[in-house]
Amino acid sequence: MAAPHFLVHNTVDTTGVVVVEGVEAGDELTGWVMETDGTVTVKARDAIPLGHKVSLGDIKKGDTIIKYGHDIGLAVADIPEGGHVHVDNVKTKRW
Amino acid sequence: MATPTFRGYRRTDGRVGIRNHVVILPLDDLSNAACEAVAHNIKGTLALPHHYGRLQFGEDLELFFRTLIGTGSNPNVAAVVVIGIEPAWTGRIVDGIAATGKPVEGFAIERNGDHNTIAAASRKAKEYVHWASELRREECAFGETWISVKCGESDTTSGLASNPTVGNMIDKVDAMGATTCFGETSEITGAEQVCAARAATPEVGEKFLKTWSDYNDFIMANKTDDLSDSQPTKGNIEGGLTTIEEKAFGNLEKIGRTTKYIDVLKPAERPAKGPGLYFMDTSSAAAECVTLQAAAGFTVHLFPTGQGNVIGNPIEPVIKLTANPRTARTMGEHVDLDVSGLLRREMTLDEAGDALLEMTVRVCNGRLTAAEVLGHREFVITKLYRSA
Repeated sequence: MAAPHFLVHNTVDTTGVVVVEGVEAGDELTGWVMETDGTVTVKARDAIPLGHKVSLGDIKKGDTIIKYGHDIGLAVADIPEGGHVHVDNVKTKRW
Repeated sequence: MATPTFRGYRRTDGRVGIRNHVVILPLDDLSNAACEAVAHNIKGTLALPHHYGRLQFGEDLELFFRTLIGTGSNPNVAAVVVIGIEPAWTGRIVDGIAATGKPVEGFAIERNGDHNTIAAASRKAKEYVHWASELRREECAFGETWISVKCGESDTTSGLASNPTVGNMIDKVDAMGATTCFGETSEITGAEQVCAARAATPEVGEKFLKTWSDYNDFIMANKTDDLSDSQPTKGNIEGGLTTIEEKAFGNLEKIGRTTKYIDVLKPAERPAKGPGLYFMDTSSAAAECVTLQAAAGFTVHLFPTGQGNVIGNPIEPVIKLTANPRTARTMGEHVDLDVSGLLRREMTLDEAGDALLEMTVRVCNGRLTAAEVLGHREFVITKLYRSA
């Protein structure tokens, strides 16, 4: 695989991390699933900055966000596949 | 990788230092001016000004003494001049450091004034610098290194690559008999059960959960919002981290895949169960955490950063690594090791861990870190509550 556009920790994760600069809405992105050395693709719905998360499928309000194979927070809005996953649509379940 | 050796300073107490500082240590805020004057007079000394030491009490006072005595006792320090406003607590610091067998002498300002104190302390500091400058490094096993880890201004690249690089090295040096330490109690929130499962025994895991729970109770009692501007920090959020849970799982990548921690330490507590990985109860603020780890006797620090935390410590060299290509490009002068190639699949995690180990050996041999060259000496005492 050439240098990936995004990385996914575990196969069960619902988000991946964009690791290149300049991702724009409409870009076809290739991801590396580190747990299995697999490949996954997604079409970006939004511009997503380096280090920010992309949704790997349609996420509904109230869903748990999975990364590292674990619960990292609660979706507080619907997030379409390829959408930008961040503080506007995900909140901590802790503090 | 074969077990490396390095050349360090063997101290009277058997520990090995990688630096050879003569420290001018103030007991209290009032003595900072005199200490800085001595450090100005006598080249090759290092003053450690701080804000506290007056009217503290109880557990907070114990932590204060543990921090100052531990700092002076760190094997990276050859000798210490202590200056305090009055002789009794000054003497307590001196006696604590003297237990290591290293040269240490105290000076009190009351009934002397700054001028006479500075003159007398400068004469002693000059004597120590001449003595320390003739100490020689000797060959040491790498397992004699005490390594602490803490990350800062993390982003998602920290959890993907720079923290796992540290974890890869921790797994390797654990097998070499090194003593290592991680902390950041509050920043394990969300991953506390996973962390508890990494304890060497159920008892140690319970001790960790009790420590985490106490810290979490303190945060819940004092918070005024969801901490969304503090934990994660503004920098974390800019870097793509959304919640404390996400940050916590990234944070835990620093302890590798196989290493188990063998004990839970109080802040600045010296490990007493031999080689292995320790958890220390610390704040997640970088300078507070590293200051506590240095006071516990750790001699070299691994600091992965995402967005570019620039921290250093006056006595414990801080090795900085990043996997964020923008940080490596825009803040290169702060970066000792660039592992952004992991994100491009240009290097493997095992290769990155080896590169970090090689850089650590070089720093132990005397290579100055970016933070040392840039003059970062953040010495920040953890204070538990208000003074009496």
